[in-house]
Amino acid sequence: MTAIINISLKNGVLDSQGKAVHHALDSLHFENVEDVRVGRQVVVKLSSKDEAAAREEVTQMCEDLLANTVIEDYEIEIIA
Amino acid sequence: MKVGIVQFPGTNCEYDTQYAFEKLGATTAILWHQETTISDDVDLVVIAGGFSYGDYLRSGAIASKSPIMKAVKAHAEAGKKVLGICNGFQVLTETHMLPGALKRNEHLHFISKHHNLKVANNSNDFLSKFDNSDVVNIPIAHHDGNFFIDEAGLKELYANDQVLLHYCDKDGEISNPNGSVDSIAGICNKEKNIFGLMPHPERAMEDVLGSSDGIKMLEGLM
Repeated sequence: MTAIINISLKNGVLDSQGKAVHHALDSLHFENVEDVRVGRQVVVKLSSKDEAAAREEVTQMCEDLLANTVIEDYEIEIIA
Repeated sequence: MKVGIVQFPGTNCEYDTQYAFEKLGATTAILWHQETTISDDVDLVVIAGGFSYGDYLRSGAIASKSPIMKAVKAHAEAGKKVLGICNGFQVLTETHMLPGALKRNEHLHFISKHHNLKVANNSNDFLSKFDNSDVVNIPIAHHDGNFFIDEAGLKELYANDQVLLHYCDKDGEISNPNGSVDSIAGICNKEKNIFGLMPHPERAMEDVLGSSDGIKMLEGLM
């Protein structure tokens, strides 16, 4: 089982990297860009067989280490 | 007075810190990150600057889970003092021993230069030798020094006199190098025994090297 974890800055926390990428896209004349957020993806391979248990374990990993919940949100996708 | 200085793989300011405190008359010991206890005769624990564990994941994140940090927590819970400088400040926020977080600098550059700081509150040991609004010159050297805290947290910091230092210019006017909320350069906990700041007082110990303003800060903890 594989967990794909996407971590990004919370709404309301200024994403300076996203802003810099947005400026760069503007300078390349991509005119439809409204907003850019830059995040981090962590892919964890797990030996567990049970999806609910895997999700619970990965949630704990995010709370304990993978995300800093003071400034970041995380989303977990489990793939069998 | 004995100062324990925490050393992670990637710490690079532990010997400067040792020099600084020995200059002030303290005895020092380096505390390796895998140690699980801190000797009772250590009065002050300093988490020195650098790039702990390569700062992979986030600055200070992996270090915050290391064995020595449990011992540092116990040391602080016993009412003894802890100081985190630069990467040490990041480690202290990652362990939630101090509130807030340190984000990437607003303009994304690594900043390494002398910067002026204004004393926000001297009602704590660290800044007890200063008057409020005193301006000091201390080097900064960081990529992730952009202090963030939400509005409620910021109010609480001010209400409890936890804001230590603001970045400013030589005349004491606020000047923000990295995007920190309210130009905050350093804070302490409510109990005022845990201190964290991005600037490096241990690099400001000799006039011949640009500034000796760090002496008065570190002396406050002696």
